[in-house]
Amino acid sequence: MYSKTVMDHFKNPRNVGVIEGADGVGEVGNPLCGDIMTIYLSVQDEHIKDIKFQTFGCGSAIAVSSMLTEIATGKSIDEAKKITNKDVAAALEGLPKNKLHCSNLGADALQMAIKNYEDKKAGKKIPEPKREEKHEHNHGDQCYCPYCDAEVDEETTFCKACKSDIDSHH
Amino acid sequence: MKIVNLDHMSANPLLPEVKDVMIEAIKMDYGNPSSQHKIGEQAAEVLENARESVANLINSAVPKEIVFTSGGTESVNHAVKGAAFANADKGKHIVTSNIEHNAVIRSLRRLKTMGYTITSISVDKNGRVNPDDVAKAITDETILVSIMHSNNETGTIQPIQEIGQITKNKKIIFHVDAVDSVGVVPIDVQKLGVDLLSFASNTFYGPTGVGGLYVRRGTPVWPLLDGGVQENNKRAGAENLTGIIAMGVAAKLARRDMASRIAHTKKLKEKLLKDLPAYIDEYIINTHPEYSLPTLVSVSIKYIEGESIVLMLDDEDITVSTRSACATGSLRASHVLLSIGLGHADAQGTLVITFGVDNTEEDVDRFLTVLKTVVTTLRDISPLYQSKS
Repeated sequence: MYSKTVMDHFKNPRNVGVIEGADGVGEVGNPLCGDIMTIYLSVQDEHIKDIKFQTFGCGSAIAVSSMLTEIATGKSIDEAKKITNKDVAAALEGLPKNKLHCSNLGADALQMAIKNYEDKKAGKKIPEPKREEKHEHNHGDQCYCPYCDAEVDEETTFCKACKSDIDSHH
Repeated sequence: MKIVNLDHMSANPLLPEVKDVMIEAIKMDYGNPSSQHKIGEQAAEVLENARESVANLINSAVPKEIVFTSGGTESVNHAVKGAAFANADKGKHIVTSNIEHNAVIRSLRRLKTMGYTITSISVDKNGRVNPDDVAKAITDETILVSIMHSNNETGTIQPIQEIGQITKNKKIIFHVDAVDSVGVVPIDVQKLGVDLLSFASNTFYGPTGVGGLYVRRGTPVWPLLDGGVQENNKRAGAENLTGIIAMGVAAKLARRDMASRIAHTKKLKEKLLKDLPAYIDEYIINTHPEYSLPTLVSVSIKYIEGESIVLMLDDEDITVSTRSACATGSLRASHVLLSIGLGHADAQGTLVITFGVDNTEEDVDRFLTVLKTVVTTLRDISPLYQSKS
């Protein structure tokens, strides 16, 4: 199911941990969706000197976090801002389609950490982060495409939005 | 290294006797049981022998009550849709529970689009249906009650006999999805008072692709497949004779060895539950302490996710199942686990461990030793564990 690179990063994740007194912290996801990723940054001369992650999630979520930290290490803040989830998936030699939505959030967490760093630098007040069991697109009884999260009919086997066959229970 | 298979529910290995019988059956070049000639009659004879063995396994009054199918899913579809179609003139209301297998859920969903209405009742925190709730849910329009015997995610066994009393008194058809129970625990369709009962051969070490539906004499059920008059006009199409012969032998062995198999797997299950606290902390056992399959343990391990655990165990040649949203592809937590009151994060870390006749106490020890390492590794990565401590 997973590429060799994904399995390697899953089994031997790089840069796991927490940076005490980090210059920037970003967290995405929530338990309802399945994955939570936290990124810690240490910045020196506008370059990412150190980066660490913690992830609650499936194999691909852990591999994504690990790969992201490898890509971002040593990059300037401006360069790091250009890293996308797509870049991470490509570096991992692809991810299963149904993992792209929930698990491939590493770059989002990095961008939040960078924003957090810049906000701190600008002297902005940072609200205390809170973790809740909620989701920006509350699933409830509604059905969603597992690939693109578009709303779909309960019984449909095809998502018109991303043109995917939906073979599982959405 | 030897693979430690603790995922028997996903696929049971064929018993050696069953394999031998299947190979022999293929070599025999059996004819079509519906043919009038000698070759056909010989095929009909082995078919009916298998039917008798299967009927005996669930104590059906006459073998004719057994309809061979392509497996549990077909049996359930046949029972639910067949009963709904055949009784639509009496009403269109069906009662079920919140923890059914998708074969039942999705069959009912399909019926909803055809004008049927469904009442789905909740279970208690131990995962059991209260028979009184079934009685209360029944209306003048109710034509079918469908409740599973044991749950495939928690192993919890439902009070089927009590519900059977209610449906009998109210003269409503009662279907039981017993796919994970038949051949594992004693099932007596007469004692349980059920009208329809679905089961599958692989549950008791027979081949996949073959199963059965028990239809009590006189129960009005439409066939799912129309065509010839096979299976007493209940299921058209030439029979999967090789599979059915093998299922017959597996049924005979299951009946003969049931007590010893239960004793064996129960011992392993009890060992696992007893030893687990010495290896990991902060987990939830989802399996009913009293009413549950002797083969199944469902455990939710806090702060970590199930697919990760499964992959890491697999790397050490240990197979288990998970019910995390990620692994099922639905991206939603299991409806069963949410129904028994688990939070989403806890539901994500759920393993389903299923024992079989081939497991040993050493398997349990090895699983626990590796599990401890895996849980430590994943918790070290987890931000949920971090913020908790």
